[in-house]
Amino acid sequence: MSASSLILGRSIVKRFEDRTVLDHVDISVAPGEIVTLIGPNGAGKTVLLRILLGLLKPDGGTVARKAGLVAGYMPQKFAIDDNLPLRVSRFVGLAGRVTRAEIEAALVEVDVAGRIDDPVQGLSGGEFQRVLLARALLRKPQLLVLDEPAQGVDVIGQDALYDLVGAVRDRHGCGVLIVSHDLHLVMARADRVLCLNGHVCCSGRPEAIGRDPAFAELFGARAGESLALYRHRHDHVHDPHDGHVHHHHHHGHDHAGHDHG
Amino acid sequence: MDDFLVRAGMAGIGLALIAGPLGSFVVWRRMAFFGDALAHSALLGVALGFLLRVETNLTIAGICVAFAAVLTALLSRARLAPDTLLSICAFTALSAGLVALSFIETVRVDLMAYLFGDILAVGPADIAWIWGGAAVGLVVLKLLWRPLLSVTVHADLAAVEGVNVGAMRLAFVLLLALVVAVAMKIVGVLLVTALMVMPAAAARRLARSPESMAAIASAVGALSCVAGLVSSAEFDTPSGPSVVLAAAAFFALSLVLPLRR
Repeated sequence: MSASSLILGRSIVKRFEDRTVLDHVDISVAPGEIVTLIGPNGAGKTVLLRILLGLLKPDGGTVARKAGLVAGYMPQKFAIDDNLPLRVSRFVGLAGRVTRAEIEAALVEVDVAGRIDDPVQGLSGGEFQRVLLARALLRKPQLLVLDEPAQGVDVIGQDALYDLVGAVRDRHGCGVLIVSHDLHLVMARADRVLCLNGHVCCSGRPEAIGRDPAFAELFGARAGESLALYRHRHDHVHDPHDGHVHHHHHHGHDHAGHDHG
Repeated sequence: MDDFLVRAGMAGIGLALIAGPLGSFVVWRRMAFFGDALAHSALLGVALGFLLRVETNLTIAGICVAFAAVLTALLSRARLAPDTLLSICAFTALSAGLVALSFIETVRVDLMAYLFGDILAVGPADIAWIWGGAAVGLVVLKLLWRPLLSVTVHADLAAVEGVNVGAMRLAFVLLLALVVAVAMKIVGVLLVTALMVMPAAAARRLARSPESMAAIASAVGALSCVAGLVSSAEFDTPSGPSVVLAAAAFFALSLVLPLRR
C-alpha cells in the first residue's frame, strides 16, 4: 500500500522540550481512503497533522508525499476577528486565484451557497465548517486533511457533515485524513482507524478497533461496546466489508505509568 | 492660506494614504502594541542620525527595522506574555533614545518635536520623503494584499495553500517600520500608532470588505489631518495632538453607526 500512498509518515518523533508528544508514529493515507485519527485530548493528533502538512518539522522520522500532492486543509475551529469585514465569498476566495463562479460551485457542493454574500462572523458552527470545506475543495485536493471538523457543530449537523465528507470522497476520489476525539460518528464512516496516544496504540478497521484491548484501555470497555453497536446500526449505509485481514497491533505498554501529554 | 499650512496638509495626507491600509492590518492582526513599541525605538534613530551626521530619516528607518527584527525574535522565543515583553522593549528603547540624545551637546534637539511631532515645520524635502515612502508602501501592500490577508485570517491555512507565511510577516513588519519612520516628523514617536489605529477603527463600521475599510481609513486619516491642522492654526494648539484628537472625534462619531458586517 505504501507505494501508492498519497502521504506516508514513518517513525515520526516530536518532542516539545523534554516531553515526547509523538513516539515513532507510522501513518499513511491512500487515494479514496478515509483514515480517522482518534485519541484523547493532548494525544498529539494535531501535532501529527501539522507535521504531515509540512507546517512543523519532526525531530525524527520521515514524511513522504506523492509528487505534486495537493492537500486541502480544514483547521480546527477558529474565530475571525470582528474587526475584519469579510464576506464568505472573499474568505473562500483567499484560497488562490479563483473566479466567483468557482467559489459559487464550491459553496453549492457543500450546501451553503445561500450564504455567499454574508459576513463570515455571522455563520453558525456547522455553516462555517462547510465554508472551510468549500475553501479546501477549491484547490481540487487529492488529500483532504480535517482537524476536528465537528467541533462547535450540533449532533444532527455533525452527522450531516460526516455524510458530506463521505460524499466528497466518493465524488472526487480524494484521500481523507480526519482527526477527532469523538469516537462514534467519525469511526462509523472510516475505512481505517488509527488510535493515537503519543504512539499508535492500535489501528485497523473500525469494528476491529472496538474489540482491541488497547482501545478499551484508552477509552474504556464501554466505549468499545457502544462503538460496536453504533457500527451495527449503521451497517446498512456502508458497503459490506471485504473480509480483508485487519492490520492491527498492540504494543504491550502500561498506559497508566506512561506520560502521555 | 499660509504656505506652511499647505505643506503640513500635504504631508499629513500623504501619511494618511499609507497609514489607512497598514493601520487596518495592525487592527486585524492585533499588533497595535507592536507598532507602538516600534515607534518608541525611533528616538534612538534620531540620536544615531545626529551622532553619525547622517539624514535622520534614514537612521530612523534603519533602527526601526533592526528593532522590529529584535522584537519578532524575542516574541517567538520568550516565555513572557507578549504585552509585557513589548512594554519592556518599548520603554527600554525610548529611554535609551532619550539618554543617547542627552549626550549630543553640539546640536540642540527639540525633544517635543520628536515626541509629539512638528508637522508645521515640514519642508519640501520632508514632503518628498513622505510621499515617496507612502508610494513604495502602497505598491508593496497592493502586491502582497491577498497573501497578507490570508495569513492574517489563518496562518496555517495560508501556509498549506502555498503562502510563505514567514516572508509575509517580515514584509508586514518592514512596512510598519517604514511608516513609523515616515510618520515620525508629523505626529512624533508617541502618537504614531494613533494615526494608524484610530482611522482604521473609525472605518470599521462603514466598511463591508477589507479593501473598503482600508480606503475609508485613509480618507478618515486625511480628514483628521486637515481638521487637526486647521484647528491647530486657529487655536494655536500643538499640531500632532490636534490631529490625533480629530481622529479620536471621527472614531467617536463612528460609534453612533451600527456595526455593518
